[in-house]
Amino acid sequence: MSDDSTPLSIEVTDVTVAYTNGNVALRDTTFSLHSGTVCALVGVNGSGKSTLFKVIMGFLKPAKGTVSIGGRPVKEAQKRNLVAYVPQSEEVDWTFPVSVWDVVMMGRYGSMNFLRIPREEDRRIVKESLERVGMSEFKDRQIGELSGGQKKRVFLARALAQRGRIMLLDEPFTGVDVKTETAIIDLLEELREDGHIILVSTHNLGSVPEFCDRVVLVNRTVLASGPTAQIFTEENLAKAFGGVLRHFKFDHTDLPGSARNEVLLLSDDERPLLLGHDGAPKRSGVGTKTGPLVEDSRK
Amino acid sequence: MDWLEPFRYSFMVDAMLIGALVGTVCAVLSCYLVLKGWSLMGDAISHAVLPGVVGAYLLGLPLAVGAFVTGLLCATATGWVKANTRIKEDTVMGIIFTGLFALGLVMFTKVQTDVHLNHILFGNILGIERSSKIQTLVAAILTLAIVLTLRRDLLLYCFDPTHARTIGLNTQVLYYLLLALLAGTIVAALQAVGILLVVAMLITPGCIAHLLTDRFDRMLIVAALSSIFSCVAGVYVSFFLDAAPGASMVLVQALLFALAFVFAPRHGLIASRRVRG
Repeated sequence: MSDDSTPLSIEVTDVTVAYTNGNVALRDTTFSLHSGTVCALVGVNGSGKSTLFKVIMGFLKPAKGTVSIGGRPVKEAQKRNLVAYVPQSEEVDWTFPVSVWDVVMMGRYGSMNFLRIPREEDRRIVKESLERVGMSEFKDRQIGELSGGQKKRVFLARALAQRGRIMLLDEPFTGVDVKTETAIIDLLEELREDGHIILVSTHNLGSVPEFCDRVVLVNRTVLASGPTAQIFTEENLAKAFGGVLRHFKFDHTDLPGSARNEVLLLSDDERPLLLGHDGAPKRSGVGTKTGPLVEDSRK
Repeated sequence: MDWLEPFRYSFMVDAMLIGALVGTVCAVLSCYLVLKGWSLMGDAISHAVLPGVVGAYLLGLPLAVGAFVTGLLCATATGWVKANTRIKEDTVMGIIFTGLFALGLVMFTKVQTDVHLNHILFGNILGIERSSKIQTLVAAILTLAIVLTLRRDLLLYCFDPTHARTIGLNTQVLYYLLLALLAGTIVAALQAVGILLVVAMLITPGCIAHLLTDRFDRMLIVAALSSIFSCVAGVYVSFFLDAAPGASMVLVQALLFALAFVFAPRHGLIASRRVRG
């Protein structure tokens, strides 16, 4: 069980990770996170997001540099059940003959003896965790019989049951309905208040300013990290996404000569649908961006 | 015809009892193999034990020891070759286990043994010698005890190895443990059904149970019951058909699978048609 009195932190210092085939996944990566934060980990596919997760979970040893959790090595954090991981839905075999209750109970295994026989306390914690994500009524369902949002909440409940004060969430909003998305965001904000460190890997750029107070931008190294307002700028995002980001500029300036009133829309993969003032679809005419593109909405 | 006649011969009753025990061990392991997607691994290790059996005979060791060693060798060699080439795991495994099996066949023809090749390939449940019987019992009981004790850790390892690692379980150890248990099971089943058919015993009960249940503990029980039934019924039927008992056991299992595939209440063909239609 984690000791709630120790100040919590993740310090990644000068970390370089190379795979056996010689590919360097991360180079000279440095950032740190402290108690009470929801931090977005943003970058394109292959930018090293999952490598960074693996390093923090202790699955990959950095070739250079150190990772410490609460001032101790990762191995020790693992033994103390400090780090909880919420997997992407695609990583899970949903035909497995386990119930919602069984999965959440797996969060308690780390604090049971080797026979993994649940004690009264374990059952109470599992029950509470299910209540917290609103899944109590589904506790006897086989996990494959759940909707996308419910599936996600089961694994969040498992992380809660584990009582890990550091939570790593891998793309938590893919395949999730709006209601669940709001519920997850509310829960993450509660956990932030409780002093947890939440690291969320995502390429859902739009939601980041809504619930993340910090951002780490990665592309084979940490390009920038810090408070969302300072880091989430067009310039930094352009660096992180290179030519992959789509730009759409909407100019709402009313009269020629009046103050400019422009809105810039950035999207990393999906092409948004644009409707003209007559309601008809407009061809956005945007490929991957080479320079900022001006969509002139005036005729 | 006297329906009770098979029960009047002690070799028949012995065969049924051994069949039931071996069937239970195989069934329990099969639940993990099916869920982990390790069916081919079961096939591979069972073939790879042949050179071990012959080698153990040459060295005067218990056949089970030799079988266990080459079974594990096949699995670890597969892992090592895969890590060092661009070739995919199932392909590497196919090459290694057929290679080891062929080596076993060549060794067999060069060595004068009192072990019949047919008995190793197809089993000899009606005529197991005392010493082999003891080996079978020890392997079966040991394997069963370990799997049942660690069943929750093994299940977590199959279901979500990432989570298992983050809470401090040694997944590397669990991987090799599961391999060792698989090899142990094959050793136990060798005398009963032989190298060629043991893979059926290692897959079918788990598949039947997966179609019939949605909870792991129930899956273990259903797999074990279906396997015990198949083994006892297989031996019984073989008496009247004058057929090989090992093959009869596997055939009964295949029939049970066909029934479960069509009639399983929730995951069977008819049930899922009804939901869709």
